[in-house]
Amino acid sequence: MHIPRKEEEIVKRTISRNDDFRVLQHNIKRPEGIDKVTGKAIYIDDLQTENHLYGKTIRSTVAHGILKNIHFKDGIPWDEFVIVTAKDIPGKNVVTLIEDDQPYLCEREIMHKAEPLALIAHEDKHLVEKALNYVEVEVEELPAIFSIEDSQQNKVTLQQSNLTNEFHVGLKEISEDVWTECDQIIEGTYETGAQEQLYIETQGIIGQVDFDGDAIKKVSVWGSMQCPFYIVKALMPLFDVEETQVRVVQTETGGGFGGKEEYPNILSGHAALLSWKAGGRPVRMIYDRQEDLWATTKRHPSKITIKTGFKSDGTLHAMDIDLNLNAGGYITLTPLVLSRALLHCWGPYRCANTSANARAWLTNSIPFGAFRGFGTPQAVFAMELHINKCAAELNIDPAELRRKNLLQYGDTMPTGQVMDEKIDLDFLLDRSLEKSDYVNRRQQIEQFNQSQKSSGGLKRRGIGLCMNFHGGTFAGSGETHMNSHVAMTLDAKGHVDILAGQVEYGQGTITTFVQIASEVLGIPVEWISKHQPDTDVVPDSGPTVASRTTIVVGKMVERCSQALLKKLSEVGLNKDYTANEFQQAAQAYHNKHNELLYVKVKFEAPPDQLEWNEETYEGAAYAAYTWKCDILEVEVDLVDYSAKCDKFISVVECGRVLNPIIAAGQIEGGNAQALGFGLYEDTVLQEGGMANNQYTNYIIPTTADIPEMDIEFIEFPYLDYGPYAAKGIGELPIDAPAAAVAAAVAHAMGNHFICDIPILPEKIMVVAEQAEGI
Amino acid sequence: MTTQETIKQTFNFSVNGQPQTVHSYPMKRLLDVIREDLTLTGTKEGCGEGECGACTVFMDGLLILSCMTPICQVQGLDITTIEGLADSTGLHPIQDAFYEEGGAQCGICTPGMIMAAAHYLEHPDSAENMGEALAGNQCRCTGYTRIFASVEKAFEAVGKPLPE
Repeated sequence: MHIPRKEEEIVKRTISRNDDFRVLQHNIKRPEGIDKVTGKAIYIDDLQTENHLYGKTIRSTVAHGILKNIHFKDGIPWDEFVIVTAKDIPGKNVVTLIEDDQPYLCEREIMHKAEPLALIAHEDKHLVEKALNYVEVEVEELPAIFSIEDSQQNKVTLQQSNLTNEFHVGLKEISEDVWTECDQIIEGTYETGAQEQLYIETQGIIGQVDFDGDAIKKVSVWGSMQCPFYIVKALMPLFDVEETQVRVVQTETGGGFGGKEEYPNILSGHAALLSWKAGGRPVRMIYDRQEDLWATTKRHPSKITIKTGFKSDGTLHAMDIDLNLNAGGYITLTPLVLSRALLHCWGPYRCANTSANARAWLTNSIPFGAFRGFGTPQAVFAMELHINKCAAELNIDPAELRRKNLLQYGDTMPTGQVMDEKIDLDFLLDRSLEKSDYVNRRQQIEQFNQSQKSSGGLKRRGIGLCMNFHGGTFAGSGETHMNSHVAMTLDAKGHVDILAGQVEYGQGTITTFVQIASEVLGIPVEWISKHQPDTDVVPDSGPTVASRTTIVVGKMVERCSQALLKKLSEVGLNKDYTANEFQQAAQAYHNKHNELLYVKVKFEAPPDQLEWNEETYEGAAYAAYTWKCDILEVEVDLVDYSAKCDKFISVVECGRVLNPIIAAGQIEGGNAQALGFGLYEDTVLQEGGMANNQYTNYIIPTTADIPEMDIEFIEFPYLDYGPYAAKGIGELPIDAPAAAVAAAVAHAMGNHFICDIPILPEKIMVVAEQAEGI
Repeated sequence: MTTQETIKQTFNFSVNGQPQTVHSYPMKRLLDVIREDLTLTGTKEGCGEGECGACTVFMDGLLILSCMTPICQVQGLDITTIEGLADSTGLHPIQDAFYEEGGAQCGICTPGMIMAAAHYLEHPDSAENMGEALAGNQCRCTGYTRIFASVEKAFEAVGKPLPE
């Protein structure tokens, strides 16, 4: 297999600014890259500690019940152990997030398998593992529910109501008159599974509590995480301490994908509780893979029903979308995931009559949580596969059905948001069709399948196409509420340090921030660093989520750099200065003030930002949208019923591309995870717990499964929201390829659609029997 | 039998050219000996069951998974870890290519991936193609395209043809 290297081609449709960049748009190498390729980068399990204990969690093996007692049986020297149960907790036994429903340690009612019940620690790592087998938990079991349907039917009522949240956009309902105006009505139901993030570095935290006499002086944690300040907010009530008494430090993080957004709150609490009970000895809690898979959050399973009405020419006239998510046993981030799913569920199409309703349901499954895309991949899978299904039923090419209905500049979306970016989705589609040679390939594939059928061949091919948008930043006025800050320091030698709570976990935060600062400051990238996220030092710039790092925090890095220059102008830095003069000005500032130059900026919403109404779900849902079209091919093998994707192109619009290699890496990685979501990744939930919680039994794509990916970036003219007209890119790629691969399999199977993913061979076998009479 | 239900023994072997003597239970994983006894933390644990490849090292030039290798099998042998790949003249061509071409994102699979890629660069006949050569090492960030580009660049750099 020869994989030729591709140079990313940036098609400059318009030049929105001066394109003569010194650093931006160049492939600046990762500042932390050498440490990563030499093994010197320090991840949490690499951090050396002394006099430490190893912590472990006693977990529920039942899905729903009343905790009666925990027995520590003979055979283990329990007096040498540190043991923490709910009654030991010094502050509030609630994991601070959205709702106050989840405890750090169960007090009475167990809501799901793997729920933490107690914590143990010992200095002998093997003994603490062995000790878990000498704990007996007494539980009075209660009836449990696991599916969206059982929750909807109220077979068991959990908390006050099984319905955690309900949001609505558009018409209250589509009237009979509207449906009558349609020439064809097509309905479909689509389901997605509990995809696991499977970051290669498992979750891990080291906790240490310092005392001042008997009182807590400081609670510190180090670890693998996306949101250090979420952890600060979670530890304060747990220990009933002030913000200044909590310190959170992010160590090099080996992937997150959302999985390290909220879960580290719980793990930090556990490690810190054990250290507190142990009188301040450091406690290491590094999950092994089985525990990580068993205990941590996954993507919300979804069930989405879409009913669409078309005019005879293929014009989309009505859309009724009913979106349901399985929340699991606790609410965690469900309301935000549900909201984002809803705000993406109608796809990049214009439609005169849209009604969309979204609900999330409690069950006794493990709590579901953040995963790259955050509800969008579920919504996009349903809508995009549905559009392909409609095209098949209307006997129109899927590309042409889309072209007829694509959203245009100036159109109004169901929220009432007017598309005021000068989007050109027809161009996006045309580039993709051209790049993939779609029209010819579709014809060739159909001929190939015909000849395979007539000759008794056992290969079938299919081509699938999908388009989608992704809203960057927090929805609505979330960014204004977040009130993020970014700071910078400048030393006498001219070295700039960027201070922000944003973390690097592979996506390129450090490189992007350094590039932006370097571009503004006119100094070499080597003179700039980004400080390790340490909440004692860096300001809260909001969580590292929601494709907001570049567009929101990157913009603040730009503004902070400008603020720094303004300070230096006070010591005589002129307009057209050289890097040398910058250094001299830094020295002059220090001579004058005798202190580190420190500047700080806070988030400012653009003055013309449209309003968002949280109550009615009307207005500008997102400040900026990114756009993508995927076209891929699959080969289906009728011997083993496997489907393999062997051709894959994506055309992407994400504003200005700041670093082509990093941007392409985000798209390729997201595409690969999406292929896993569509074809391979099957979390087997038994009574709501992951039955296949071993790496061996959860299949993610390998080098042998991933085709050559050809990525191209285009640019639409774009309003000045992000830094240098850049938008966020982290989540966009994972939204649509699962639908594209499902559409390609359907094409291979003579328009027999498999509407629940992952598309495992056993599902292909069933449709192959229908399609081929095998 | 757990790793502790035996008595400790003495094992002599070398790591990155340095002779080492370790007193250990014979079933202790090479991975733990490298990380804990020798504090060489570049070698990572991703799964602990021989699936992900993050713990890949060389044993007498063979590519092995250190999480699946008990220390008793290492007696008298030479181990090379990621820390031993670069020499005094600089980075190994594979490390250099991963740095240049964006082959590392979060970096946690990178040491193991680089060991596998370096082995392939040395022994291009050991696998049918690059995809097969690296199929035992999983990466969740890159989608592998940049890793393929990195390996290709390293072949170019050392003047070897990349097997088709």
